[in-house]
Amino acid sequence: MSITRTRILPAVGLAAVAVFALSACGSSDSLEGSGSNNGGNSGEKSSTIVVGSQDYYSNEIVAEIYAQALEKADFTVERNFAIGQRDAYVPSLEDGSVDLFPEYTGNLLQYFDKDAKATTPDDVYAELEKALPDNLKALDYSPATDQDSYNVTADFAKENNVSEIGDLAGISDLTLGGAPELEKRPYGPAGLKSVYGVDVKFEATANTTVDELVAGNIQVANVYSADPLIKTKDLVTLKDPKGLFLASNVVPIASSDVADEISDVINKVSAAMSPEELVAMNVESTVDQRSTEDIAKDWIADNLG
Amino acid sequence: MNVFLDAFAWIFSPDRTTGYLPLWEAILQHLGFTFGSVAIAAAIAVPAGWAIGHTGKGREIAVFLSGAARSLPSLGLVVLLYLVIGVNFKEQAAVVAFVLLAIPSILAGAYAGIEAINRSTIDAGRAVGMTPSQVLWKIEVPLGLPLLIGGIRSAVLQVVATVTIAAYVGLGGLGFALIQGIQTRDSSQILGASIVVVVLALALDAVFALIQRIVVPRGVVSQNTARAGRRNRRALVPRT
Repeated sequence: MSITRTRILPAVGLAAVAVFALSACGSSDSLEGSGSNNGGNSGEKSSTIVVGSQDYYSNEIVAEIYAQALEKADFTVERNFAIGQRDAYVPSLEDGSVDLFPEYTGNLLQYFDKDAKATTPDDVYAELEKALPDNLKALDYSPATDQDSYNVTADFAKENNVSEIGDLAGISDLTLGGAPELEKRPYGPAGLKSVYGVDVKFEATANTTVDELVAGNIQVANVYSADPLIKTKDLVTLKDPKGLFLASNVVPIASSDVADEISDVINKVSAAMSPEELVAMNVESTVDQRSTEDIAKDWIADNLG
Repeated sequence: MNVFLDAFAWIFSPDRTTGYLPLWEAILQHLGFTFGSVAIAAAIAVPAGWAIGHTGKGREIAVFLSGAARSLPSLGLVVLLYLVIGVNFKEQAAVVAFVLLAIPSILAGAYAGIEAINRSTIDAGRAVGMTPSQVLWKIEVPLGLPLLIGGIRSAVLQVVATVTIAAYVGLGGLGFALIQGIQTRDSSQILGASIVVVVLALALDAVFALIQRIVVPRGVVSQNTARAGRRNRRALVPRT
């Protein structure tokens, strides 16, 4: 018995050490990668622009595009990616340790002003500009969005002839699936009823939402509009002409000190990025497993060339 | 203390009886997952543990296997199994993860209960002509029962706390209220739902503590009280 124990334990221990070592390699690599990127630049401009990103691959792609675009314009850039979620990084934006951050108009507005009522892109942006602290500035927002949307399968859309959310009205036995909090959101079941007159049952499908939709257990699914699954699972995003959803366009948030300096470069990026391209880049990242740097490089070559 | 008052206000609000998942229904789902998983785990681990304890064989491999299974993170396991076996079987995926979590404690309780028995008791049983199965059922199982129940008790505690992750794959339970509260930044809901989980865990622990006392065989009880009585004799008032 003791023989098996002495054989097994070191094996398990080795495996554990290997896992830790590998994960450590992974993180140090990315640190070195981001460090070496700012070494090669001559740094004509006085300050270094620190670009941050959420711990969300799609956000990181946008941040990398900002960083590479700035580098092309001879700025010195420092990457501080994958900081975390909003509660984690907004303080670093506010205290100036991060200068530029890709954000989403609607979600950020909700963060600063819980009771904001605006839903259309322009209104949300206008309110966001007011809600931001003095030392932060929103540059131009992009047509690219990453916001809540209602989706059906392509088959369901064809069968029932739906392209807008309002087309769902009158279809019986609809179940809406989404995250647990969807039940309480203004655009949840209650909003569907009051804005579009659509009756649905709610099902908290959480992380299984898209699979449940494909399996036919639910008919309508709340998915982020830039989710690659919309493309890979052949879903149809229903149009929202009455502004049920809070518009959430990609928007660069910059600290006021550097906003004017970098606005030319970054606003060009925002203007050039379409919603379809954002989804396509997300597909490249999740399905094709391409690196963030390569995706960003190709996009810049194609659009800012 | 205000946050706790808000949390209790959340728990006892009349709104908890309505909505997508009323609180009592979430509690029932939560208990259902807990007892279902522990029952399946017990059906596997108790016979295995008794076999190990009775024969004295296979202990190392059982400890290794169940310990390895337990070291898998439950949330990752639920998601992995659900991805592998499909969305229509996500309940089974979750139950498998909880069963794997529950097995090690029950297994340990089952064989440790038998191993802890004084060997001379078992030898005495053999000496009076008991067959191996009589030794198992009349000596080892009854005497090992308190430790077995202890193992089930700690399995229940671990599972009742872990079932909150079922909501990540849309299976409800008290995790639903937790996740919803986190996403809507409703701290009284987060704390309220956590308090319900804690109370549930404490209540189940108390029930099993009671069962653990009840199942101690009469002979062992009188032996223990006799010993305790001898120790405390001077303190006792002499009976008339």
